[in-house]
Amino acid sequence: MAVFSKRSIVAAAAMTSAMLVALTGCGSTGASNTNASVSAGSSTITVWADADHTATLKSVAAEFTKKTGVKVKLVQKDMGSIEQDMITQIPAGKGPDVAIGPNDWTGLLATDGVIQPIELGNMKSAYQKVAIDAFNYNGNIYGLPYSVENVALIRNTQLAPNAPSSWDDMATTATAAKTKYPYLLQVGSQGDSYTMYPVQTSFGSFVFGQNSDGSYNAKKLTVGDANGLAFAKWVQTQAKAGNLSTSMTADIALSKFEQGQSPYIITGPWNISAIQKAGIKIAVDPIPSAGGQAAKPFVGVNGFFLSAKSKNKLAATNFLTTYIGSEKVQQALFKSGGVPSALTKAYNAEAQSDSVIQGFKKAGENGVPMPNITQMSSVWQYLNAAEVSIINNQGDSSTLWNNMADSIKSSIAKQS
Amino acid sequence: MIQHDSSPSRKDIRKKKQANRVASQASTRIGTMLIKIVLLGLVDALSAYSAFMLAEQGNWIILSIVVATTIVVNWIYFRRDGLVAKYLTPGLIFLLIFQLFAICYSTYIAFTDYGTGHNSTKEQAISSLIQSSQRRVQGSASYKISIVECGKTLNFLVTMPHGEAQIGSEKTPLHEVASATKDDAGQAVSTPGCSTLSFNDLLSRQDEVTSMRVPMSADSQDGTLKTADGQTALVYKSLLKYDAAKDIMINTQTRVRYYDTGVGAFTSKGGSRLSPGWQINVGISNFRQVFTSQEMRGPFLQVLVWTIEFSVISVASTFVLGLLLALVFNNSRMKGRAVYRSILILPYAFPAFLSALVWQGLLNEKFGYINQVLLHGVDIPWLESPALAKIAVLIVNLWLGFPYMFLVSMGALQSIPKDLSEAAELDGANAWQIFRLIKFPLLLVSIAPLLISSFAMNFNNFNLIYMLTNGGPINANTNMNVGSTDILISMVYKIAFVGADRNYGLASAFSIIIFIVVAVVSAIGFRASRSLEELN
Repeated sequence: MAVFSKRSIVAAAAMTSAMLVALTGCGSTGASNTNASVSAGSSTITVWADADHTATLKSVAAEFTKKTGVKVKLVQKDMGSIEQDMITQIPAGKGPDVAIGPNDWTGLLATDGVIQPIELGNMKSAYQKVAIDAFNYNGNIYGLPYSVENVALIRNTQLAPNAPSSWDDMATTATAAKTKYPYLLQVGSQGDSYTMYPVQTSFGSFVFGQNSDGSYNAKKLTVGDANGLAFAKWVQTQAKAGNLSTSMTADIALSKFEQGQSPYIITGPWNISAIQKAGIKIAVDPIPSAGGQAAKPFVGVNGFFLSAKSKNKLAATNFLTTYIGSEKVQQALFKSGGVPSALTKAYNAEAQSDSVIQGFKKAGENGVPMPNITQMSSVWQYLNAAEVSIINNQGDSSTLWNNMADSIKSSIAKQS
Repeated sequence: MIQHDSSPSRKDIRKKKQANRVASQASTRIGTMLIKIVLLGLVDALSAYSAFMLAEQGNWIILSIVVATTIVVNWIYFRRDGLVAKYLTPGLIFLLIFQLFAICYSTYIAFTDYGTGHNSTKEQAISSLIQSSQRRVQGSASYKISIVECGKTLNFLVTMPHGEAQIGSEKTPLHEVASATKDDAGQAVSTPGCSTLSFNDLLSRQDEVTSMRVPMSADSQDGTLKTADGQTALVYKSLLKYDAAKDIMINTQTRVRYYDTGVGAFTSKGGSRLSPGWQINVGISNFRQVFTSQEMRGPFLQVLVWTIEFSVISVASTFVLGLLLALVFNNSRMKGRAVYRSILILPYAFPAFLSALVWQGLLNEKFGYINQVLLHGVDIPWLESPALAKIAVLIVNLWLGFPYMFLVSMGALQSIPKDLSEAAELDGANAWQIFRLIKFPLLLVSIAPLLISSFAMNFNNFNLIYMLTNGGPINANTNMNVGSTDILISMVYKIAFVGADRNYGLASAFSIIIFIVVAVVSAIGFRASRSLEELN
């Protein structure tokens, strides 16, 4: 018995080693292959993008590979998982060279050291100023912008032939048109202070103060001032009148508008194609003021980040600045995503032939860039919660609003 | 490669023959032996492959574990004796990989400050800090450059704004070059004694080229040239300088010094920290925070109590309803049982997260089917009021969970011998007595372990909470992002992955606590069910 088991071990060991040899052979040829290809000038950059943009990027990548010999590995990912996966994978030496994302990720990704500044040099001036500002974090530009978006007032031209002159004018028009709602403003069970922000700013209430260069100052929290309280009171009145409700989710608001149950909806360019498909004739206007001052929506910017640990920085930068930053590609991304371009030249061309884009442009002209500082996430959390509890009438609007301001203050103090 | 292949193949055949001979000598069951060798060969090939991958990454610890495991596996299966080990090994290995590893890793993370601003090593934090502290000198020009290799050093061949050519490397600041060839656009492209790198050459040396800093002059205040694309260079000054000998970070403008004070970030005397920092071991501070921090203890206890309520009520309600239906359907007098049974199992057949989303729509206060149609247009704030939201969660979980209990109770009831209840009937017992004294105790023997596992499952029922309420409604008065229907696992998710202050260390500490609670409850439960078994 013992003899057999020893012999069989020898046999197995021989076979294993034969396999090992074979594998080593494969392994080494594999390695020498990649070496050879690198010296022939074909390294690979990995690009993470969401489903809406991969198709367009595929053709961009093909062109890039043809011109430079650099291969592009395009990975389609869920937008919701890109940020977290970058944070966990890049420090481990994995993850993408280039990844798509909105500008409000900038602060967190830079704080975690997973992205690096992109040097645009003199190309900076070719982009809309707000697009560059949006990716400015601590004085560095961390993203190559490709689209700029903000909410506006979408008007059903059959129910309301003219743009409203004031917030209350919307109610008058709606009564005349006999619609159920004077306006549609999505809230949802989790709150939506982003969509409501233009109304808030029309009361002169802002979240943070801004520095002279346009960047946000987290130390100057202004949300709890008297203007904020006036806005809170307005929210409660509107909720009591049935105009604001946490039952009004984004989907429901959109479908009510498509059914013609209101002449107005406040939403962004991402919903336009659905509305037009439903056969509604629309015009896009600036949001009227509810509180007497100009309504300033958040201007969100989408772009591409460059990994801090990219081994192909040169190729990746080249891909971003000369390809993604070209007029042709920006327009193609606009066509697939429906959100206008960040590159001024492309944007102007898109706006020229499209009254909807012009409308969004006008509505966003006095908009403020979406904050990219990490402190903003505490703001979203508490601001949303406060608006939800005010709308659900769970207390005095001033008390709830002041509690929220205190919570944000203490949460920011904890972070720094 | 070709040579490689042909010569061992003959050797291989010889080896195989030898192996066959050995096998046939000792045993008549060559087939079994062959299958065994093939399977083990596959396992060995897989581990050899992963060993090479790991060696390439320099991951020596995992590499040694893989090699050791492979050797042990081979030893176990080529031994004649040790039958028990042969049965247990695969299960044990999977247990190691999928359970123990995850538990050990979470435990390790629970003792670190891994989270936002502390998510890598000190080395990487330093390189990130330096990388992001480069500031372009305001108003400086952008320079056209060619990258040339002179001897063994890379140089920037720079075309100055006035058209003259200068050259410089990391060691030697920019200086006039004796002669340079220019292209049609007037850009200097080559110089004698140096070879110009083509775009392809640049691509293969990207790291080297993009990390080059060429001083503008001998005075460091003039800044350094840096390129991101290999074609243009810009003038930068670094805001931060790292002194490796003293391990300090210095702000070059304000002269503030930042020290490694053991908190996982460079910290100045005044207490301000540079971010990113790095991951450090923080001992039991995460656990201490859970139990002692004022603002965390309250929400934690509130969530813990609700989690236990939620899982106990869910198990009880689904079990009672499932058992009741099983009893009804177990009655042979009932007609069309097969049809009803398949309808009842439907909730179990839908993916739970989908059902939760559908329920969210149904429970919408103003537009939902339940309020609008079933209750004729009342406004019940199902998901808006803290108390109602809890009830809604329990109702939806009852709907999702009863088919499972129905199925297992049905099976258990059918396995109880009929003659037992017939005998009881003869003795004059009524239906309730038969159920309470005979069927139910027998049923519990086989179902009690399932109830325990159902408790453990509901304790971590993340899908339902996340999809139905996302923990809401949020309590506007606490400082933590915790709502009234949040259970522990959804709270852990929020701590780890929501917002900008993500704390994986704290989240792992919470996971360990969850693990302990579930383990203790299960242990007690299993012990109790064993005593049940002994009773019968």
